Amino acid sequence: MSDFEPKIVAFFCNWCTYGAADLAGVSRLDYPPNFRVVRLPCTGRLNPKFIMEAFKRGADGVWISGCHPGDCHYIAGNYHARRKFVLMHQLLESIGVEPNRLRFSWISSAEANKFQAMARDVVENVKACGPNTTFRKEDLKLGLAEVA
Amino acid sequence: MPALSDITSKIRESAKKLLADGRAEVVIGYRQGTVPLTTSPFFARSAADCDQLVWSNFSRINLANYLPGRPGKVALVAKGCDARSAIGQVTENQILKDNLYIIGVPCTGMIDTNLVVAKETRPIKEVVESTDDAITVKGEGFSTDIKKTDVLRRNCQTCANRTPKLADELIGAETPGAAPDDFSDIKALLAKTPAERMAYFKDLIKDCLRCYACRNACPLCYCPICFVDETRPQWLGKSNDPMDTLTFHLLRGLHCSGRCTSCGACETACPVNIKVREFNRVTELTVQNNWNYEAGLNWDQKPPLTMFQTDDPADFIK
Repeated sequence: MSDFEPKIVAFFCNWCTYGAADLAGVSRLDYPPNFRVVRLPCTGRLNPKFIMEAFKRGADGVWISGCHPGDCHYIAGNYHARRKFVLMHQLLESIGVEPNRLRFSWISSAEANKFQAMARDVVENVKACGPNTTFRKEDLKLGLAEVA
Repeated sequence: MPALSDITSKIRESAKKLLADGRAEVVIGYRQGTVPLTTSPFFARSAADCDQLVWSNFSRINLANYLPGRPGKVALVAKGCDARSAIGQVTENQILKDNLYIIGVPCTGMIDTNLVVAKETRPIKEVVESTDDAITVKGEGFSTDIKKTDVLRRNCQTCANRTPKLADELIGAETPGAAPDDFSDIKALLAKTPAERMAYFKDLIKDCLRCYACRNACPLCYCPICFVDETRPQWLGKSNDPMDTLTFHLLRGLHCSGRCTSCGACETACPVNIKVREFNRVTELTVQNNWNYEAGLNWDQKPPLTMFQTDDPADFIK
C-alpha cells in the first residue's frame, strides 16, 4: 500500500490550531495535503458524533487539535473537551479502532513548526494503518438528507 | 432479609401512608406481570391501587425512568441501583429532591429470566417465591426448584450497592453488597489486538434490531430528541446498517458515561439478549480510572463531564 493516500478529517479550533495552520501556510512550511479541515469555534464544540460520522463516511483517520490547556479563548472550553476526549479516545480504542487513526493534539497559533511536524506525523501514522475498512459504512451512497 | 411477601406488605403500607399524608400524589412501584417471571411498572394513586403493589425477584425494571420532568410529588419504590439513578436525576436537575420520596428496598439481586428458561426449558406457568434463596417454577407436570444464585442477573452478581442507603425510608434491613465489578473481562479484552476487539464488539451487536428498547428502558436517556431520531442532520441511518448500529451503541455508551448505575435495565429490555452494557462498562472503567467517580452515591456530587480539573490526566494528547 505504498501509494495509499489517506483521507483524514481534521477538526481544528478556530483560535489556536487553525491559526497555526494559517501561520504554517504563510511561512511556506511544507506539510502533506491529506487532511480536510473542519473549523470549530472551540474543541469544546466537538461532538462525538462528528468523529463517528467522519469514520462512518470513509475517513481513514481523524485528527482533533485545539488550544493548550489554560489557553482557551472561552476560558474553559478545552478543559471540558479534554474530559470528553479521554472518553472518546478510550472507547474507540477499546472497541478496536487502531490507536493511530484517532489523534488529539494541542497546538497554539504560534506553533507553526509543531503543526508541520504533527501533520506529517498524523499522515504517516494513518498511512501505516492502511485504508479504513472495518470502521466505516460499506455502502457510501449519500442519503436523502444530502440531496435536500 | 425479610421474606418477599413481608416486603410487599410493607411497601403497600408505606405507599398508603404516603398517599394519605399527601407526601406523594403517586407511588411508582411494581405489580405482578401478566406472564410468569415478570413484573410491570405500576402507578398507584389511591389506597385501593396500593394493594396491587408487589415486590418479587423479577422487579428488574428501573422505575427511575419515569421520574424526569414529572410534576408533583412522587414516591418511588427503588432497589439500590434504581435509587442511585434517581439521585443522579436529582443531581442532573431532572426532578426536585423535595418532590421525590424514595421507598428503598434492600435487594438481594434480581433474576435473569433467560437463565431460568435455559435451566427449565418446558413452558413455565407459575413461579413460587417462598424462600429467599430459591424459586420454584411450575408447569404442566413438573415443579423445579432453582437456586437464586444460579440465575442472578449479570449486573446483580457484581453489585456493591444493593442497599439504597440514601433512601427516605428503608423496607427491611440492609443487605450486604457483592464484590464490585472488577472489569476483568474488559481488561482482558483490552489486551487483545484492535482487530480482535473490533470483531468482538461487532459480533456482540450483530443481532441488534435497533428497536431502541435499551434506550427507552434507561433512566439516563431522557433527552427530548435522541440523537438517533435527529433528522437535520441525520446522524444515523434508519436501516440496520452494521456501522449505524455500532455508532448507536458507542454514542449511547458515551452519553451514559459517568452516569450509569449498572441497573441492567437495558439488558433486561433487550429482545435479542445483547450484552449492551459492555459499552457502558468500558466508559465506566474509564471514568473510574480517570476521575474516580461513581454515579448516584451522594446528593451533591457533580457529574464528571460537567466539571474539570486543570490537571486532568490526558497523556495521549500531544
